[in-house]
Amino acid sequence: MHKLIEQNRREFLTTAASGLGAVALAGAMEADGLLTSTAAASPVGDINPLAIKPPHFAPKAKSCIFIFMAGAPSHIDLFDPKPKLNELHGQKLPESMVKNVRFAFLKKDTATLMGSKRTFTPYGECGMELCDLLPHLGSVADDLLLVRGMHTDQFNHHPGQLLMQCGRAAFGLPCMGSWLTYGLGSESKNLPGYVVLTAGRGSSGGATLWQSGFLPSVYSGVLFRNQGEPVLNLKTPEGIPQALQRKGLDVLGRANQARFEEMHDPEIASRIASYELAFRMQAAAPELIDLSNETQATVDAYGLERKPESKGGRGGGPDQYRAFANNCLLARRMVERGVRFVNIIHASWDHHSNLDTELEFNAGMADQPVAALIKDLKQRGLLDETLVVWAGEFGRTPLGENRDGRDMVTGRDHHPFGFSIFLAGGGIKGGQVYGETDEIGWAPVKDPVHINDFQATLLHLFGMDHLRLTHRFQGRDFRLTDVGGNVIDAWLA
Amino acid sequence: MQRERRPACQTGCIRLLVGILLLSAAGAARAQDPPEGDFSRVQPIFVERCYECHGPDQQESGLRFDRRDKALAGGDSGAWFVPGKAAESEIVRRITSDDYDRMPPPDDPKGPLSAEQIATIEAWIDAGAKWPEGKGTLSSHWAFQPIERPEPPAVKNESWVRNPIDRFVLSKLEKQGIAPSPEADRATLIKRLSYDLLGLPPSVEEVDAFVDDNSPDAYERLVDRLLDSPRFGERFARHWLDKARYADSDGYEKDRPRPDAWRYRDWVISAVNADMPLDQFTIEQLAGDLLPDATPMQQLATAFHRQTLTNTEGGTDQEEFRVAAIFDRVATTGTVWLGLTVGCAQCHSHKYDPIAHREYYQLFAFYNNGDETTTDVPLVGDPLIKWQRDKRAAERKLADLAPKLEKRRAELAAEVPAWEAELKAAESEPLAEHPIELVDAKSSGGAEIKRLSDGSYLIAGKNPDKDKLTITARTDLPKVSGFRIETLAHDSLGGKGPGRTGHGNFVLGELRVFAAAEQKFKPEDRVVLKTAEADYGQDGFPPEKAIDGDEKTGWAVGGQTGRDHHAQFFATGHIDTKKAPWLQLVLSQNYGGGHTLGRFRIMALTGGDPLRGIPQNVRDVLAVAADKRDARQQQTLVDYYLGRDEQLAKLADEVKQLKDRASAEPVMQVRVISQREKDRRTSHILDRGDFLSPAEEVQPGTPAVLSPLEPRSTERTDRLDLAHWLVDPANPLPRRVLVNQIWSHLFGRGIVRTMNDFGVRGEPPTHPQLLDWLACELAARSWSRKQLIRLIVGSATYRQSSAVREELAEVDPLNNLFYRQNRFRIEGEIVRDLALEVSGLLSDKIGGPSVFPPMPADVAALSYAGNFKWKESEGEDRYRRGMYTFFKRTAPHPNLLTFDCPDANTTCVERRASNTPLQALTMLNNETFVEASQAMAHRALELPAADDHQRLARAMQWCIARTPGAKEVAPFAELLSESRQYYAQHADEAKTAVGAYRPDGVPAEEAAAWVATMRMMMNLDEFLTRE
Repeated sequence: MHKLIEQNRREFLTTAASGLGAVALAGAMEADGLLTSTAAASPVGDINPLAIKPPHFAPKAKSCIFIFMAGAPSHIDLFDPKPKLNELHGQKLPESMVKNVRFAFLKKDTATLMGSKRTFTPYGECGMELCDLLPHLGSVADDLLLVRGMHTDQFNHHPGQLLMQCGRAAFGLPCMGSWLTYGLGSESKNLPGYVVLTAGRGSSGGATLWQSGFLPSVYSGVLFRNQGEPVLNLKTPEGIPQALQRKGLDVLGRANQARFEEMHDPEIASRIASYELAFRMQAAAPELIDLSNETQATVDAYGLERKPESKGGRGGGPDQYRAFANNCLLARRMVERGVRFVNIIHASWDHHSNLDTELEFNAGMADQPVAALIKDLKQRGLLDETLVVWAGEFGRTPLGENRDGRDMVTGRDHHPFGFSIFLAGGGIKGGQVYGETDEIGWAPVKDPVHINDFQATLLHLFGMDHLRLTHRFQGRDFRLTDVGGNVIDAWLA
Repeated sequence: MQRERRPACQTGCIRLLVGILLLSAAGAARAQDPPEGDFSRVQPIFVERCYECHGPDQQESGLRFDRRDKALAGGDSGAWFVPGKAAESEIVRRITSDDYDRMPPPDDPKGPLSAEQIATIEAWIDAGAKWPEGKGTLSSHWAFQPIERPEPPAVKNESWVRNPIDRFVLSKLEKQGIAPSPEADRATLIKRLSYDLLGLPPSVEEVDAFVDDNSPDAYERLVDRLLDSPRFGERFARHWLDKARYADSDGYEKDRPRPDAWRYRDWVISAVNADMPLDQFTIEQLAGDLLPDATPMQQLATAFHRQTLTNTEGGTDQEEFRVAAIFDRVATTGTVWLGLTVGCAQCHSHKYDPIAHREYYQLFAFYNNGDETTTDVPLVGDPLIKWQRDKRAAERKLADLAPKLEKRRAELAAEVPAWEAELKAAESEPLAEHPIELVDAKSSGGAEIKRLSDGSYLIAGKNPDKDKLTITARTDLPKVSGFRIETLAHDSLGGKGPGRTGHGNFVLGELRVFAAAEQKFKPEDRVVLKTAEADYGQDGFPPEKAIDGDEKTGWAVGGQTGRDHHAQFFATGHIDTKKAPWLQLVLSQNYGGGHTLGRFRIMALTGGDPLRGIPQNVRDVLAVAADKRDARQQQTLVDYYLGRDEQLAKLADEVKQLKDRASAEPVMQVRVISQREKDRRTSHILDRGDFLSPAEEVQPGTPAVLSPLEPRSTERTDRLDLAHWLVDPANPLPRRVLVNQIWSHLFGRGIVRTMNDFGVRGEPPTHPQLLDWLACELAARSWSRKQLIRLIVGSATYRQSSAVREELAEVDPLNNLFYRQNRFRIEGEIVRDLALEVSGLLSDKIGGPSVFPPMPADVAALSYAGNFKWKESEGEDRYRRGMYTFFKRTAPHPNLLTFDCPDANTTCVERRASNTPLQALTMLNNETFVEASQAMAHRALELPAADDHQRLARAMQWCIARTPGAKEVAPFAELLSESRQYYAQHADEAKTAVGAYRPDGVPAEEAAAWVATMRMMMNLDEFLTRE
């Protein structure tokens, strides 16, 4: 350990004056394999907590783009056709089925089944059935793993969203992106390892959906913004030119270095490294969001310039189409630059009423850019190592929502017992439908998958054993999958 | 759908990069390892690897390792070890086996025991497998043992010792042959004390005075001065607020603001400043409402446990979240006072610590009858000043208005005879309806309006959700008494109308009429409609609802659709249509869901009963001749006449409001906890923590492993008993835990490093005797926080230099021995406070409602559906200390989170101090810090200084609280000169860089160069670090 400090100190002292000290330092730390268990215990170990760490076993995926459709899209209208439900339209469910079930808004006594207005078509060689609003996703059906037997424990939004992001409906826990960057570090030298992109209205969970919980804040998601500077405080203040910013950082570096020589505290070296990374991020983040070198073909493929044909989006406004497509394209650019986990959050899927118009608007928004993202990644040879996930926090009821004070039934309530998500790339076996719900889409009848199982499998794809990726906090070894989780072998390519 | 759920508490222990926490475990072990073969070396292995199946919850094969008698008795298949003969012992065979019968079993994710663990067990058996009496049961764990006052040990280097703390520290150091670090220099000491006790930098004058003060008690006087500062209360209150998970909003999806939350924060600040003893501090917060004759302030203290989250998301089960809040109260109490992860026992008995599932729910039972309520507390601070101002203003206004009201009353009363005469004179004209000349009709919702030949309108085309029809008309009638709206059936309408919903209904929300001389309508042309009648009105939708001023209610005909209806609306008296022949009728239909009119006709009305709308009792009086009426009857008449006057009504209303305001009590409502007296809840064990699965009933009680609970009465055990139990001298844990918390604020870490875990899985104290001695001192010093702090900061241990000693990097890299002070970055709120203080911007106001310093607008928009607006504070409130920043749980101020402030969703007894590029970006570029650097440059430029060097050195002194050497100033001089060169050629940028902070007579170019330089000074590691 002594040797380590000494070595770093030497590196630091010989190169820091040029302003490159920290870069060299971080590099040296990585080269030293500072992330084996002994080195982790070093007090200088947190100089670069995002340095790459070895997984438990050979990984398939290197990056993840997690498209979180918060609010919960209707599985029976998008992914899981139920002709029988249409036949039973208007009928009540047998009491035995709803007896011990709680709903958010729906009145059990008078609720009746509501068929879907959507039509479904088989796509691809695999013949995956998707609804008429998802033709672009249909065109990549052979790359998709459609999971129809998902289920969760929560039926209110914020708890449900926490369960999806953190493995358990509780506060103070790290999100998936935090666990991944904590376990694996990030390949990006100039950008955060865990990035969050939002479009439209805010989600129920707000900032709790990308917090690092009991893990250090360096593992929190960094929010990229839709307007102004891409990262908060990225821009050098008005009136301070970049040259003076550089000169200022050199001066600061020298002053901090002098203090380091006095106090020998590695935290000072770490601070210098942070300032240098900040400076690099000032250049890297604007370059990242600058789409001017994307071809018109790419821009068109993602549908960046499309406008919605109908109203909807639950107050998010017509700019959502552009913002969402933009986020999909940015996600690809981030993955190219080594960002570990990109979380696109879109919170406009809570369709208690106006289900049909809202689905037209939202599916119309998402279908093309998500499909384009998958194709684009594939064409660039990135899909194999990039896991793309589409998921909401739960599904929606086969029963129409007959809430008090509304005389028309035009939507569906929250439904935790069965829903669908899909995955692509990153070591997933595409072109398959996994699991099955019953005739009305109520609950899985074959191959049920709990959110913790999904999370266990996600970690597995990254070469991590969900039982071994733990962090001790308050005497307990916490993990992403709480007290559950089974890796689903059938998903793996 | 049954899933195999494997408790995480039992699994995975690969310690990935846990860094500090883990290393310290190793370090601690190294510093005080028991001899090889000692039981205390094997016990942790049993806990970690064997308890899951052979422990308190399960005893597979009849074997358990958590109790000595059972362990020695062996399992179903007999003895598992042979004392002195490891090689012949069954346990050694099993833990070294490669076969299916290996222990722990081959599918255990943690894998087999390590070679070191196996060797430890072998050594213990070979040494005779001694299992001391009372050991091995969880209750023998150090933290649960009674506190016996330890004697401070003798040391060789007596001269180093300032107080007994130093003996405990030095004696360990001497055993290791390590010398303590030298005392920090005086400038460092005053900076350290100011950061620790106030969270603010010392001023240059304060530093100079202390450095030059040669009196023997200079240090003690400094400490006293700091402890007496009201800023001390803020500093230590904020530490406590972390534990209270204090926030200004509800949490969860809706995350509504809690505008009264700050009252609890103020309570904590005053309690700390008043040095409320920690036992009292505990009792009032947990059970202030149950104290005899509880004061409003004692009730306010219970808001500690009212900081739990509230879920108002649509469709939630309130009982579920009430129970969740109680879980949080139990967990928080456990962490803050017991240092135990009590929450683990919510679903099952605690795997490692002696808290049974049942005991958890006994703790739960204490809180189960504490309801979330509100109470009145006296106003203080700004709100009180505002209240006084409002009261005076109201009184002044009242003095002005009251005579006006009386005057108007008198005027009206005088009019009564004339009015009565007019009524009498008015011949009762018969009611008649007349067509009016329709000039124009518009639909705000874009519906199509057709005129039919019978003078009615038919609405077609798009059916908007809501609509407003504006009809302009003219009449030749000399006077009009009202209007008639005929709603008519039509075959083109759903259900034949007359409305446009599928079943033919409509809701006429509001009818407004204007009459004017020209075709131009102003608000004052409004004709007030007073009475309404209709041939039919749906239940809950009578015609009066169309003139009640409420857009959401209205007239509808559900139940009788498909046929014609009409309603008549009358003005008071007559509309003088001779003078004002132009009419505008506005028909609002805002009910929604397309409840709009389908076909209708408008007619003007003349005549009708002049007494229309006059209630029967008034009519009765009118029927009596004026000279025959008694006083009461006369009063009825006057009252009625007065009651019709809008001007009077407005005046009277205003006067009433002013009177209310003038006589209001100076109190505000705050959220607190109070004991439920009616319908008291029984408490049950909840199966797996599910609120829908109550099992066996339980009574309030405390864990058996700690001192017994002594309730005030055997009939009822409540929170006050729990609070008393926590601070009972016989209860060893809370004092150890509280002392450790205070120590950590003064050393950057606790004597028990795992601040939140004093249990079996936590780390043992590095200085167990010191911990217990301090716990005794706390009690001996009347539980005084200030006295305990005075004691600790008075030690030589505290006063050591914090320079890292590389020669000890291998022996004790984490400074477990306290051979030096620690260096650590100060907290997020304080980062901002420091910057504002050195720039001269920081407000010195203490307490009061939360404030809204600058924040990018889109941060607030991230919360649910963008329902939160961040209205930036003005004036002084922009520059309040960081602890007063409004804390919105789902969208906290990013500057706070970036610097590791807790998210307030769960209790936090230990903050991290991470070091990230986002922090650098914040310090360099964030609006708050940019403004601070501008103000700091302004302040520097106003210094009376001879030259740049002097000025730079002084500014640097503000930040680092010591006089910098020439070599330290030089780089900044370089930056200043380079900045000058730049701005000399970029005057416009200079103006921008300076902002609003250019001192008089200084060119912008010069001021800008100073801004660019000060900015970097504010980023010095030394400034942000408590050394």
